[in-house]
Amino acid sequence: MQIDLLPRERSTATLNLLILFGSLLAGLLAISVVFALSGVNPALAIFSIFKGSFGSWYGIKETVTKAIPLILIGSGLAMAYKAKFWNIGAESQLLVGAIFSTWVGLNWGPHLPAIVLVPLMFLSAFIGGALWGMVPAVLKIRFGINEVISTLMLNYIAAEFVKFLVVGPWKGATKGGYPYTDDLPAAAILKQFPLSRISPVLLSVAVAGALILGWLVYRSRFGYEIRVIGENTHAARYSGINFFRTLVVLMAISGGMAGLAGAGELMSIHHYLSYPDSLSAGYGFTAIIVAWLARLNPSFTIISGLFFAGIIVGGDAIQISMGMPAATVDVFNGMILVFLIMGDFFISHRVRIRRGRTVDA
Amino acid sequence: MDRIQSLEMRGISKSFQDVKANREINLTVSSGEILGLLGENGAGKTTLVNILYGLYHPDDGQILINGEPVRLRSPKDSMRAGIGMIHQHFMLVEKHTVLENIALGYAEAPFLFPQRSLRGRIRELSAQYGLDVDPDKPIWELSAGEQQRVEIIKALSRNADLLIMDEPTSVLTPQETDELFDILRKMTSGGHSVILISHKLEEIMDICNRVMVLRKGQVTGEARIEEVDKGKLAVMMIGRQIAAAYPKTDIDPGDAVLEITGLDVDSDRGLPAVRGLSLVVRRNEILGIAGVSGNGQQELVETITGLRQPLSGSVMMKGVPLDHADARKAHTLGITHVPEERIKYGIVPNLLLYENSVLKRHRDEPFSNWIQMNYAVIKDHAGKLVDGFNVDAPSINIRVKNLSGGNIQKLILGREISGGPDLLIAAHPTYGLDVGATEYVRKQIIELRDKGGAVLLVSEDLDELFMVCDRIAVMFEGRFMGQVTPDSCTIEEIGLMMAGSTLQEA
Repeated sequence: MQIDLLPRERSTATLNLLILFGSLLAGLLAISVVFALSGVNPALAIFSIFKGSFGSWYGIKETVTKAIPLILIGSGLAMAYKAKFWNIGAESQLLVGAIFSTWVGLNWGPHLPAIVLVPLMFLSAFIGGALWGMVPAVLKIRFGINEVISTLMLNYIAAEFVKFLVVGPWKGATKGGYPYTDDLPAAAILKQFPLSRISPVLLSVAVAGALILGWLVYRSRFGYEIRVIGENTHAARYSGINFFRTLVVLMAISGGMAGLAGAGELMSIHHYLSYPDSLSAGYGFTAIIVAWLARLNPSFTIISGLFFAGIIVGGDAIQISMGMPAATVDVFNGMILVFLIMGDFFISHRVRIRRGRTVDA
Repeated sequence: MDRIQSLEMRGISKSFQDVKANREINLTVSSGEILGLLGENGAGKTTLVNILYGLYHPDDGQILINGEPVRLRSPKDSMRAGIGMIHQHFMLVEKHTVLENIALGYAEAPFLFPQRSLRGRIRELSAQYGLDVDPDKPIWELSAGEQQRVEIIKALSRNADLLIMDEPTSVLTPQETDELFDILRKMTSGGHSVILISHKLEEIMDICNRVMVLRKGQVTGEARIEEVDKGKLAVMMIGRQIAAAYPKTDIDPGDAVLEITGLDVDSDRGLPAVRGLSLVVRRNEILGIAGVSGNGQQELVETITGLRQPLSGSVMMKGVPLDHADARKAHTLGITHVPEERIKYGIVPNLLLYENSVLKRHRDEPFSNWIQMNYAVIKDHAGKLVDGFNVDAPSINIRVKNLSGGNIQKLILGREISGGPDLLIAAHPTYGLDVGATEYVRKQIIELRDKGGAVLLVSEDLDELFMVCDRIAVMFEGRFMGQVTPDSCTIEEIGLMMAGSTLQEA
C-alpha cells in the first residue's frame, strides 16, 4: 500500500466545512484520550463542559460575557492573519487599551456625562491598542524584525507596566493597600442586562466590530490589498501596494480591537485597573484559536468566539464538579488549535491511498 | 570505484507531462576535459545534468561510466560514482564555518568532532588547486566567489571526478571569474573533468575544450572549440529558420512615449547590470530587446516599471520623469507590465479569477472608490477579459492557480492591454506557452501597437522578435550593441551582437 499526498486543485465550501468539523471531532477524540488517562469518563466530561456553558441560563449568560472580548480580539487577529502578519500580542494590546481608558476615566470621568465619557473611553482604548499594535508593524517593515517575536515580547512589557502602575503611581487611595486603581466614576460603568454580566452596549460593539471587519476584509479596497499581501508579497509589490501604510493601518485596527476588549472588561466587569492576569484570562491568546476556527473571517468570530467562551465556562464547571485541574481548559484549547491547523493541510492537499505494491519504473 | 576516465549519456529522453525536455541526447565527456553545455533558458540543459546527478530519472536511455552502465537513482548514487554538482544557488549553511559545511554529510567523518579529521584534507586540496579559503570563517562572511570555492572543495573532498557547474559565473565578478577558470584548468590538468552550463558565449570560448548546444530539448550542434567562433555558436543556439513576420499595418511611429538616457542600474548583488543605456520607444512602435538573459534586461524592465531604483540617468514617460517611482506611479503614468515570472509576480494564485482581473488596476475608477471595491463592475470586467482574450476558464469564480500557464498569461495580458496603455512592457511573454497561446499573445501585442500603443518587448526568442518587432536592440552586459530593423539584418549579425560585438564589427 502506498500513500500519496497531492496538492488539491479544487476545494468547495462543503468540503471546507466537512474538514472543519472533522478537525473538531478529531480534536475532541484526542482530548477524550487525555480525559480517559486521568481516570475520567471522556463522554461525561465533554458533555459536562457543554452542559456547563450552554445547558443553563446562567451558563449561557456567562458564555456570552466571555465571548465578547474573544470576538473583539479574534476579529482583529483574523484580519491581521489574513495579511500573514502573525500578531501574537493581543494580550498586551488589550492591556494598553485598558491603561488608556483608565486614565481617561479617572482624570476626565468625574466631569463628563456617560454619553460623552463612554465613547471617549472606547476611543482612547482603541487608540492605545492601535499604537501598541503599530510598533511591531513598523519594526517589521523598517528593520525586518519578526513580528511573532516582537508582539510576544511586547506582551511582557505591557504586563509589567500595568503592574508598575497599580502598585506605584496609580495605586488607589481608597483600596486599602491593594494593588488596584481607584474605582472608575459611575458614568464610566456600563449598564448590564438584569441578572447578568452582559452589557448591551459592549455586546453591540463586539458584534458590530466583527461584522465591520468582515466587510473590510472582503469588500473594501484596503481588505483587497491585505489579502494580496497575505497571499503573494511579490504580486503586492508588482501591483504597487504600499506595504508600510497598509500593514501599519492593519495593525492599528487589529491592536485597536484588542484595546476595545480591554476597555470593555474594565468598564463592564472590573471597574478598576488591577493586575494583568485578573483583567484578562488569557483572552489575547485564546482569541488566536478563535480567529483560526473562524477560518480567518472576522465575521465568523461571532460564532467561534461563543464556542471557545463555552469551553472556558464549561471548563470552570467541570473543575468544580469533576475535580479536574485548572489546566484542563488550556489542554482542551491547545488540542483544538493543533487539530484545526492540521485540518488546513487537508484543505490544500488530498491524500490518495493506492493498494498493492509499487514497482519503480 | 575507479576514477572516471569517460562518461557517456546515451539516447537520454525525459518528458514532463507533455513537454519533452530532453530528446535522444548523447553526451560524452572524458578525463581532463571541460565540456560546455550551451542553450537558451528552457533548452533542457538543467534537466540533462539533473539526470546525471540522480535528481531525475530518464524515461529512456542509459548512462555509462568507463564503458560500464550505471544506475543513478539519487544524488547519493551519483556522488558515489564520482559525480559532483555545484548549483547556481549555493547549498551552504550560512551561519556555519567553511569546515563545518564541508564536514556536513561527509560519510567518513567520525560522529564526534567530524570537522577535525577534515582540516588536513582541505589544506591539501586548497594547495593543490589554488582553492584559497579560510576554513574557520563562517559562510556569511564570504564573497560569492569564496562560497563557490567552498562548494568545489566540498565536491572534491567527496572524491568527485566529474564536476557539473550550473552557470557558475552568473554570481561572480569578472575578477572572480578569472580565478575560477584558473582553478578549473588546474583541476582538469589533474585528470578531473567538468561540465559547464552557461549561456555566455565568451566563457565557453575561453575555458571549454568542447561545446554542445541544446535547443528545445535536442542537440543542435557539437564541436571542438577550435572549430567554432562566437558567431557560429550563436547561430547553433538560436536556430536558423526565421519565420515570416506577422502582418502589420504600415504606420510611421508617432511621438516618443518612453525616453531613457544614460541609465545605470545595479543588480541585487550590487554588480553592474545596466550601463549608460539610452533608448526611445514611440507610439505605434514595438521595440524588441534581444540578448542572452542575464545581460541586464530584467533590471532594465524593473527600472521602467518602478520596481527598482536606477543609480543614474533619466527615464521619461510622456515627458514626465520617473524619479523614485514605485509600481503605482509607473502604472498611473500609463505603463503596464507583463512580468517575466508570471506566476510569481503577475497573479495571486489563491485569489479568484475576477479578483486577479484588476490586480494593480484595483485602485482605478470604476473598480473601486476610496474605500469600497466595486465587485459588480469587476466581475463584469473579468467576464469581458475571459471572453475577449480567449481565457479558457470554467468560471470567473475559480482560483487562478487552477488555470493553465497559457490561460494565466492570456489573463495577465488582457488585464494589462485592455485599459489601452500608452506603454506595454512585455518580458518573455510567450515563454513556456503552447503554439496557439503564443500566436495569440503575439497578435494581441501587434494589435496594441496598431492602435497607437508603444511596446517594449524583451525576449530571448529571436523568431519572436523578428516576427513582431519594428526595431530590435541587442543587449549585452548592460549596453546596447546596436539597433536594427528586422528586414535589414541577418540572424548572424544579431548573434554576433549577442556575443558582445558592436554593429560595426559585425
